Amino acid sequence: MLEITNLHAKVEDNEILRGIDLKVNAGEVHAIMGPNGSGKSTLAGVLAGRPIYEVTAGGVTYDGKDLLGLSPEDRAREGLFLAFQYPVEIPGVSNMYFLRSALNTGRRHRGLDELDAMDFLRMVRGKMKLLGMDESLMNRSVNEGFSGGEKKRNEIFQMAVLEPRLAILDETDSGLDIDALKVVAEGVNALRAPQRAIVVVTHYQRLLNYIVPDFVHVLYNGRIVKSGDRQLALELEQKGYGWLGIPNGTLSPAAVAGAESVLAR
Amino acid sequence: MSGATTTLSAGMLDQADVYLAGFEAVEKRWAGAPGWLRELRRGAMARFTELGFPTGKLEEWKFTSVAPIARTRFHPAQPDSRPVRLPAAVPAGAPHVVFLNGRYSQAQSNLGGLPPGVRVGSLAEFLKNGRAEEHLARYAAWREEAFVALNTALAEDGAFIEISRGTVLREPIYMVFCSTPSGEPAMLHPRNLILAGEASQAAIVEVYAGDAGGNYFTNAVTELLAGETAVIEHYKLQQESQEAFHVATLQVRQQRSSNFAAHSVSLGGALVRNNVNAVLDGDGAQCTLNGLYLVGGRQHVDTHTVLDHAKPHCGSREYYKGILDGRSSAVFNGGIVVRKDAQKTDAIQSNKNLLLSEDAVINTKPQLQIWADDVRCTHGATIGQLDSEALFYLRSRGIGHDRARHLLTFAFANDVLGRMKLEELRAHLERQMFARLSKGCRP
Repeated sequence: MLEITNLHAKVEDNEILRGIDLKVNAGEVHAIMGPNGSGKSTLAGVLAGRPIYEVTAGGVTYDGKDLLGLSPEDRAREGLFLAFQYPVEIPGVSNMYFLRSALNTGRRHRGLDELDAMDFLRMVRGKMKLLGMDESLMNRSVNEGFSGGEKKRNEIFQMAVLEPRLAILDETDSGLDIDALKVVAEGVNALRAPQRAIVVVTHYQRLLNYIVPDFVHVLYNGRIVKSGDRQLALELEQKGYGWLGIPNGTLSPAAVAGAESVLAR
Repeated sequence: MSGATTTLSAGMLDQADVYLAGFEAVEKRWAGAPGWLRELRRGAMARFTELGFPTGKLEEWKFTSVAPIARTRFHPAQPDSRPVRLPAAVPAGAPHVVFLNGRYSQAQSNLGGLPPGVRVGSLAEFLKNGRAEEHLARYAAWREEAFVALNTALAEDGAFIEISRGTVLREPIYMVFCSTPSGEPAMLHPRNLILAGEASQAAIVEVYAGDAGGNYFTNAVTELLAGETAVIEHYKLQQESQEAFHVATLQVRQQRSSNFAAHSVSLGGALVRNNVNAVLDGDGAQCTLNGLYLVGGRQHVDTHTVLDHAKPHCGSREYYKGILDGRSSAVFNGGIVVRKDAQKTDAIQSNKNLLLSEDAVINTKPQLQIWADDVRCTHGATIGQLDSEALFYLRSRGIGHDRARHLLTFAFANDVLGRMKLEELRAHLERQMFARLSKGCRP
């Protein structure tokens, strides 16, 4: 479904991705781990088409198409979804209007009828329940005044409504308490399906207790330095990154997670 | 009078003659008017000729040149009795008083269904019957402001609304000013007087509209007195022709514990100046001034507001937003005056601007004069572009680039509209704004 070949990308003059190779098939769940600054969020951003990144070499195919040649909106319409690490607040645009517009754009693209407000509400109710979201959130502005947990839940809720074929979760676990983490993981697991692939980008393995990956990759200095199965994530949790030849002084995932949760406050 | 004209430069003499001739015609038509009114007009005309049109040397006109107005030979607007289609913002069933080319149109007005305790009609009629002396031109500063002086000298009609003590109006009253094109540039000087008695409650909407292509000059003045504990909302929708000049002053006097809110939406006109001035002249008065200006092409819109806190324990909230596209320009000047006695004043002002084009220009400035020492006054102004993160967020969900820009721009504007209490007008403006922004910001 997704094939990344020798991908290089920079932001301004800093080269961040230095040759990524990765293949993701339908039905698989991949976890991408790595210390702070290793390029995980850049990879997620490049795949979704975030304008600040410039791809300097390599390529990405998605269902045989040249992904990098598509606009961000066309990628989304083709079934790619990025759950943001920092979901954006959009005052004045209601969650309901936003999500219905997004859903209908995708439906039009697939040749389906658009849903009116009533049908839409009927459709999303069950998904809100799954993610423990209050219905009143639908009438509020997108992410405005949401707590950190509500924002992350809202990302997964959007994913549940849009039903992408390739979902990339960028640090969806950061800043969540254990109860919220379980809710979010349940939401993700409900979407696991043979026709769908999920890429989970995370600093630490805690989330992977709830979203069990088929493959784990360690990203360091813009390259995948190690790939394995779930066992690799557990090893990283115990030993840190040092045993992979990542220099001392690089924070362990747990320490990074700690620092991040402080920053998130 | 003859002495006054010497203060004008030779090149402007021609144009000044137009105003003098207009004034003489007004004097003739109103020969039987009470002495105080004739006196007032004469004084105002003399004052206008002394002041002349403002130039960029005046701080209050630094960024707005009225040269295009000063050099045009405007003729008094001609009566037009053909029925016009009222602006869509005016609901058919709502009470409305209509002025066509500056003249009261009984045929187009609908004043049925008004409750007892409220009088609505033509100011001209009211003046003929006397008794406006204690209010007319008592609030607006015709001695200082050239355009107010010109209006005071030349105005012959406008809306008069009087709401008696304790009267609560459930339905808004619309004041509608329509201009139809004529061969030559026309000028109109509508003069409105709104007297809201003690403990009265009402919403009043002023709508200015003109046919496309109409080249005319609206110079309007509205004086509004909010009596003790009155709760008054004032809405103004400016959608003049794209070639029109529009200069308007809303002058509000608030008495003790009154609550006044003004919402101004400025969409049309080539050159627009909106003055909104409120004097909080009684303890505990509350004033809200909100507004939105939307300009594209080569439009210029200038908003000058003054919140004059004259008495203690008054509060004011001011929230203005602007959206600029093309080569348009806008000015926002937010004045707050806190007089020596006005302790415990609580004033908050905000002006936010969204620039959709690199060629658009905004000048925004707060202007605070504080003479009391126990007050809270805060102000803030921002100028920015659309948030690129928000744009990407919308696009990442499949919403196209243009539509995402449209949504974000609409959301920026809708924040102001959302503060309007008048549901029907708000809904209309939301639809109108949404449609206009979907074409970019072009008028």
